[in-house]
Amino acid sequence: MSSHLAEVLAGTKAHGRAALIAYLPVGYPSVEGSIAAMVAAVENGADVVEVGVPYSDPGMDGPVIQQAVDVAVRAGVGMRDVLRAVEAVADAGAVPVVMTYWNPVERYGVDRFAADLAAAGGAGTITPDLIPEEAGPWLAAAEEHDLDRVFLVAPSSTDARLASTTAACRGFVYAASTMGVTGTRATVGDAAERLVGRTRAVAPGLAVCVGLGVSDAAQAAQVAGFADGVIVGSAFVRTVLDADGDVQRGAAAAGRLAAELATGVRDRVPA
Amino acid sequence: MTTSAVSPPEDRLEPPRPSWPDATGHFGVFGGRFVPEALVAALDELTEAYRAMRVDPAFLAEFAQLQRDYTGRPSPLTEVPRFAEHCGGARVLLKREDLNHTGSHKINNVLGQALLTRRIGKQRVIAETGAGQHGVATATAAALLGLSCTVYMGEEDTRRQALNVARMRLLGAEVVPVTTGSRTLKDAINEAFRDWVTNVETTNYVFGTVAGPHPFPEMVRDFQRVIGDEARAQVLEREGRLPDAVLACVGGGSNAIGIFTAFVPDEGVRLLGLEAGGDGVESGRHAATITGGSPGVLHGARSYLLQDDNGQTVESHSISAGLDYPGVGPEHSHLHDIGRAEYRPVTDAEAMEAFALLCRTEGIIPAIESAHALAGAMRLGRELGPDALLLANLSGRGDKDVETASRWFGLGDAGHVEPGAGMDTDQRPTEGAVSNDEAVAGREAGGAA
Repeated sequence: MSSHLAEVLAGTKAHGRAALIAYLPVGYPSVEGSIAAMVAAVENGADVVEVGVPYSDPGMDGPVIQQAVDVAVRAGVGMRDVLRAVEAVADAGAVPVVMTYWNPVERYGVDRFAADLAAAGGAGTITPDLIPEEAGPWLAAAEEHDLDRVFLVAPSSTDARLASTTAACRGFVYAASTMGVTGTRATVGDAAERLVGRTRAVAPGLAVCVGLGVSDAAQAAQVAGFADGVIVGSAFVRTVLDADGDVQRGAAAAGRLAAELATGVRDRVPA
Repeated sequence: MTTSAVSPPEDRLEPPRPSWPDATGHFGVFGGRFVPEALVAALDELTEAYRAMRVDPAFLAEFAQLQRDYTGRPSPLTEVPRFAEHCGGARVLLKREDLNHTGSHKINNVLGQALLTRRIGKQRVIAETGAGQHGVATATAAALLGLSCTVYMGEEDTRRQALNVARMRLLGAEVVPVTTGSRTLKDAINEAFRDWVTNVETTNYVFGTVAGPHPFPEMVRDFQRVIGDEARAQVLEREGRLPDAVLACVGGGSNAIGIFTAFVPDEGVRLLGLEAGGDGVESGRHAATITGGSPGVLHGARSYLLQDDNGQTVESHSISAGLDYPGVGPEHSHLHDIGRAEYRPVTDAEAMEAFALLCRTEGIIPAIESAHALAGAMRLGRELGPDALLLANLSGRGDKDVETASRWFGLGDAGHVEPGAGMDTDQRPTEGAVSNDEAVAGREAGGAA
C-alpha cells in the first residue's frame, strides 16, 4: 500500500527540485486531442497530470477552463473517456490523478469509480468541492482501492482546518494559493508561501503542492522555492484553446509550455 | 395541537423548529457542504453569527420592527371564493406575500441576511436572481442598510424580467448579466459563488433560496417561516381549524419551506409543492426537479437535481424565471423522501390558466411562479371536493410578468389590455377556467414564451 503521488514527489525532492503538475480537462478540443496534449506535456517534463473531468457547473474555475470544459460537456464526454486519458498518461510514464467536481463521481458510483480508476492506473483524485467532512464514502472507497485523496487548503483555512484537512489527505495537499477562481496571474502573491508554511507546520510529513495562477518558468521557479510541486492549469488550457481545435498544434504548444515550466521547477528560487 | 395565538414576533425564529438539519446541515441524507475549502471559513462565520443572532433580543427586535414597518407584516390572508368556484368547490385561502414591500416573499429572508451582513462587519453583498425578485429584495435591503450590492442574473432572465433589472439599478445595485452556460439562474449562482470566493473578506453572499451549502438552507428557512407561522395562526383564528392542505410553488423552494414549516408537525395537513412542469415532464423540457430528477450534488448541497448520465446538470425549462432551476432545496428532498410533503408538476399552460383565472375572478395579478400553486389548488380542490379548505401561498405579484403574460395570451403590447383569445375567462364556473387548448392556442397566436 503506497501512494504513487507521494512517491513521485519524494523522488523530485531527492533531486532537489519541485514536481511539475499539469492540468488539462478531458474532451477539449476532443477526447483524442486532450489526450495528445497530456501526453505531450508528459514527454516534455510533466511529472504528474491532473486529468480533469468536465463538469457543467465548475464553480471554482475561471473563464479559460470554463470555455474548454463547456465544449467537452456539450460533446457528452464522460467518465469512460476520463479513464482512457488516465491510462494514456500512465502509459506515457507520468502519474495520473483525476481532478473532479464531486457530482460526476456520485453519478458514476463512488465504489465503481474507485475500482475503475485503480484499474486504469490512476493514483487518486483531487476534489475541489469535496471537503473531508463530506468525503466518508470516498475515503472508504479510496482506502479499499489504495488510492490517493487530495483535498484543498486555502489562505482562509484556520489552523484547525489545516490540521484536519491534511490529516485526511494522502499523496499531497493542494494549496490553493490565492482566494479566487482558476486563471493565470501576473504575480505569485506571498499568500502562497505563507499558506505553505502554515500547512507544513501542522503536517510536516505531507507534500504541499501549489496551484492557481502559475503560467511561466519564472513563476514556476519562484513557487518551486517553497513548494513540493507546482500545479499549472489555466496556462496549459490556454495553449490548447489558442490552437483553435488543431490537435497537433495544441499538443505541440502544451509540450513547449511543459518544457519551459520543467526548467522552472528545476531552477528553484530560494525561499 | 390547536393553539391559535399568533406567536409574538420576538419568538418567530425560535422553536418549535423541525428536528432537522443536524449540526452540520444535513436533512437526512441531503444538504451538507460541497464547497471549495476557500469558502468554509466564511460559511462557518455565517453559521456562528446566525446562531448567535437568532437568540439575540436586540436583533430580533430590529428584525421584527423592519418586518412590521418596512415589509408590512403580517401579510393578510385573503379568501378567494370566485376563484375557488374553479377548484371543485373547495374553499381557498391565499397567503398574500405579494403584498409585501418589493412584491414577494423574498424580502423576508433578505432583511435577515442583510442585518447579519452588518453584524459580521461586511460592506458588500452579492446575490443571484432568477425572476429578479430576490435581486430586487437584496438591492432594497442594501439600500436600506447602506451596503453596496452586486446582483448576478442570467442574460436570458435579464431579457425576460427587464422590469426587475431596471428596479435593481434604480435601487443602486450593479446588475451583472451572466453569459455562461444556460444563462439562467443556475449560472447566476455559479458566478455569484465565483465572486464570493474571490472577495469573501469584504463580501457576504445573500443567498435567495433554501438551497446551497449549510447554513443557507436552514437560515433561509428560519427567515421565511414567518409565512407559515402567521398563516397557521390566521387560519386557526378565522376557521377554528387547520387547512386540509397547504400549497406552494417550488423552484429552489423558499416560499414553500416558509409556509410548510409551521405545518410540518400537523400530520393531518397535506403539504403540496408544485414544481414547474414546463412543456410537461415527459417532454424533458421542465424544471420539476423532484418529480423528474435524481439525487446528486449541485451548488454546495446534496439534493434532487436534473442531471444526465454523466452527472452534468441538465438545463431546466419553465415559463417562470423564478422556478427555472434544475436544483431544489435539500429540505424538500428530505420531506419528499420521508413522505411528509408531496411534489407535483404543473405545466406552463396549467399555470397560465390559473394566472388568468385569478386576474379575472379576484382582481389579483399573481406572479407566474405563484400561479403554479394556484393551478395546484384547482386540481387538488377538484380531488378533495367541496368541504376542503386549501391554503395556498401567493408568493409574489405579477407586475414583472405582464409582458410574458401578454405574449402568452396574445394581448399584443404589454400596454394593450384588449382581451386575447386565451384570456377569455368570462365563462360559467362549472365549465372550468380557460382550457389548456385555449391557453395553448393563445400562446401560439402570441408567439411563444
